[in-house]
Amino acid sequence: MLNLGKSWCYEMSNNNIRHREKINYDKTFDCVQCGYCLPACPTYQTMEKETHSPRGRINLVKMYAEGKISAEDLQEPIEKCLGCQACTTICPTNVEYGRILEGAKTVLEEELPKTKKQNVVENVIFNKLFPSAKWMDWIGDASWFYQSSGMQILAQKLNLTSVAPLNLDQFEQVLPDLPSPVERRKRENHQKPAGVVKAKVAFFTGCIMDSIFFKTNKNSVDLLVESGAEVILPKAQTCCGALHAHSGKIGDAKELAKRNIETFEQEGVDYIVNNAGGCGAHLIEYHHLFDDEPEWQERAQAFVEKVRDISQVLVELDGLQFTNEVNEVITYQPSCHMTNVQKVIDPPYRLLKKLPGVTFNELEDPNFCCGSAGIYNILNYEDSMDVLEVKMDDVRQVKPKLVVTTNPGCLLQMNLGIKKDGMEDRMRAVHLVDLLVEAGAQGRL
Amino acid sequence: MSRNWQEAVKEVIDESRVLTDISDLYSYSFDASFGTFVPEAVIQVKAREEVVSVVKIANEYKVPVYPRGQATSLSGGSLPVHGGMVLDVTLWTDTLEVYHDDLVVVASPGVLTADINQAAEEHGLFYPPDPSSAHVSTIAGNLAENSGGPRGLKYGVTKDYVIGLEVVTPEGKVMNTGGRTIKNVTGYDLTKLIVGSEGTLGIITKVTLKLLPKPQATKTMMAVFDDIAEAGAAISQTLTSGILPSKMELMDQNCAISVENFQPFGLPTDAEAIILIELDGHPDVLEKEIQSVDEIVRGVGARYTVLAETNKEAANLWKARKMVSPAIAAVKPTKVSEDATVPRSKIPEMIHRLNDIKEKYEIELVVFGHAGDGNLHPNIMCDKRDQEEMMRVEEAVGEIFQAAIELGGTLSGEHGIGTLKAPFMEDEVGELGIEMLKKIKDSWDPNNIMNPGKIFAEPGQKLVLRDE
Ligand SMILES: Cc1cc2nc3c(=O)[nH]c(=O)nc-3n(C[C@H](O)[C@H](O)[C@H](O)COP(=O)(O)OP(=O)(O)OC[C@H]3O[C@@H](n4cnc5c(N)ncnc54)[C@H](O)[C@@H]3O)c2cc1C
Ligand code: SF4
Ligand code: SF4
Repeated sequence: MLNLGKSWCYEMSNNNIRHREKINYDKTFDCVQCGYCLPACPTYQTMEKETHSPRGRINLVKMYAEGKISAEDLQEPIEKCLGCQACTTICPTNVEYGRILEGAKTVLEEELPKTKKQNVVENVIFNKLFPSAKWMDWIGDASWFYQSSGMQILAQKLNLTSVAPLNLDQFEQVLPDLPSPVERRKRENHQKPAGVVKAKVAFFTGCIMDSIFFKTNKNSVDLLVESGAEVILPKAQTCCGALHAHSGKIGDAKELAKRNIETFEQEGVDYIVNNAGGCGAHLIEYHHLFDDEPEWQERAQAFVEKVRDISQVLVELDGLQFTNEVNEVITYQPSCHMTNVQKVIDPPYRLLKKLPGVTFNELEDPNFCCGSAGIYNILNYEDSMDVLEVKMDDVRQVKPKLVVTTNPGCLLQMNLGIKKDGMEDRMRAVHLVDLLVEAGAQGRL
Repeated sequence: MSRNWQEAVKEVIDESRVLTDISDLYSYSFDASFGTFVPEAVIQVKAREEVVSVVKIANEYKVPVYPRGQATSLSGGSLPVHGGMVLDVTLWTDTLEVYHDDLVVVASPGVLTADINQAAEEHGLFYPPDPSSAHVSTIAGNLAENSGGPRGLKYGVTKDYVIGLEVVTPEGKVMNTGGRTIKNVTGYDLTKLIVGSEGTLGIITKVTLKLLPKPQATKTMMAVFDDIAEAGAAISQTLTSGILPSKMELMDQNCAISVENFQPFGLPTDAEAIILIELDGHPDVLEKEIQSVDEIVRGVGARYTVLAETNKEAANLWKARKMVSPAIAAVKPTKVSEDATVPRSKIPEMIHRLNDIKEKYEIELVVFGHAGDGNLHPNIMCDKRDQEEMMRVEEAVGEIFQAAIELGGTLSGEHGIGTLKAPFMEDEVGELGIEMLKKIKDSWDPNNIMNPGKIFAEPGQKLVLRDE
């Protein structure tokens, strides 16, 4: 049997027990350890041990809260979780793994000293990349450092390259072209359809989406308008905060959420529409952030009820027709957060079915994560590539010309997979919205 | 010498597959039953030679070896109750070959049960044993526990399909049993001795299984009863009518209520019992048979019956049956699943006894299961954190076993003895029975290194469902 020093155990358990509520210890009891989640978990498949399975992780959280293992022991299994939540969809007893994971991250963030590398990386990502105003200004004049000049230059300034190569060059190669500043400035923040107004919606632009994927955002707004929606793009909106929450930075995540709730509640819209699976999944869980602030929780609840993925709204408005034959073999890589958290599954398929001329080949295991998982592919590059490799095996069987996605992270990751395969001239990843526009989507009269 | 066995193991197994980090050890300390037991190392084997080397080391150093599949055992089969090493076979999936002409499949121990059936179906064949955990569990785990499922009624359980084995004995020798023929009477049937031995007699390293031609079609029916005794009568009358259904599953009223609360399927919640019946075979024959079954169950008093018109309707009914387990888990967090089995004629009486036990100990108890073969699943919903409640549950479980044995039944139809039922073994098989079993164990495993602490109760061992 293991022999851990008694006094160490005692100290540790006191400290860990203090965290029981925050780490959602009570929720770990919902897991009956049946193992039904094992076949669904990408990291169990690629990392080949129970330590990196949902059941294993939940047990380790419980063991931590009972003072049996330390924060250091818990760290790797938690950090290597993709957060894809395939386990929650499959779990027969509805274990709230997402909340257990977030609780664990919050506690680890408090308990563990950071390595230098991690500090620098996180500083770049959270304080430069994703906070609101400053960041928006930055990309407003198109000096998006992640592009051509590249994050690498910034990285050099921060003396980051010596600490970690981060493999950013890999990702740079698959970024789309940036729109010109003029194009950006031309965007109107309030648009009305030509005919009857079928719904009034606010569009959530997202930070990554609105910078790298500005064009997809523009297409989204166009499609909504064509479908008969009046669309507002509230100026004061900010980053959704998903990455902050998933990294245990709950304080920051709450601040960002409050700002969005305040901004959007002023608009009096029917829906708050987004086009990024990962953001949408966080937006519809805003109420989880405010368990201890009832007033905000109520406001968050009202916000959450209006959150929709664009595919849901386009299906509901049913106002589009398509004029271009696509004539390609396509497949669809659903965003894990859209499937497992937002539970939006059918609408993208229904839209794809309407496209003239497509041959649709379903992946064998569409619900297996692509390994992008927020910034997982930057922080855990190797592990992420192992997961991507499994996905690409599946894609290769299907031989599509287009891989349709509904989330920017997945889009970049799939393009990276295609590039690694040397298939760029025969295959590309495309956001569903952009494909609808390519198919000549127009308002139906 | 105390630590040396780990170094010895690292000489024969790739170090990346010898796990000793605390997070890893705790991740192999549990299964789907109760308790946390931390091993000293986890060894992930992928080849027979590796098993031979590791087991020889274990036997030399007298270190316990705990074989482990996907740890879905409900009786504590893989728990490393005396520390030592966990031998994980889940990465060992390289062989899965169907020999179509022989109607046989050969597989590595870590292959998932569902994958075996899928491979068979690609050849128009099927592997009948269908534990509900088939998409998660390994074939070696199924063999060790002699698992079964709803189809057991017509097709039998795992042991009826195992015709050949490769096993590494506790002394590290490779033994082949059986072969690839359906008939084989050469000596004692060692194949069947290994099946159901819960990993206490050796490590299964290769399995040869018999397959059957896949039935052409199936038909499903639901029969609803106001009196559970009538449901029991319906089961025995059907089974003596010359028709053998492929499945006959029973749910009591509490199950139906839990399922409907969890996710509405349209099950009646005011009836005392529901039976789901599936027939399989040739489509023409099925039409007639299902009519006969309909007449039989109505004749003994079914309030009404529902015949699934489409495959979708049938799938919906079976899904409702599958939902029983999660639905009742939503009632309270801890689920104690038992699988006491009684002769078919005793089903109604067993159900009445279970209801008495439920009232006596004031516990939440539901009954469902493979009623066609008498294999009931009384499930108790409780909360592990409530010590007082758990003590009542422990007593109730003891009484359930008692009832099963008194009615001429058995402790376990398919989940195995493991740690949980070991204290009750003697009640069923008697002193001599235990003695004979022990003699077998001792001669196979003289140093008692193979899954020690299972099947045979240790002096004074009692059923404990509480931590600490
Ligand atoms: C939700 C749920 C539903 C279930 N439904 C059913 C059901 O319908 N019918 C049924 O019969 N069971 C059922 N079970 C029980 C369980 O799934 C079975 O007992 C299964 O066979 C265990 O397989 P495993 O791979 O998880 O093995 P484990 O649990 O890891 O091990 C089971 C036993 O096999 C031994 N073992 C593993 N590998 C080897 C090997 N290579 N050589 C020798 N011994 C080995 C272990 O030591 C242990 O004693 C269910 C369990 C759950 C959690
Ligand atoms: S499926 Fe759910 S209950 Fe079962 S082991 Fe996984 S998390 Fe636990
Ligand atoms: S979130 Fe994804 S990676 Fe993490 S445990 Fe669940 S299934 Fe595995």
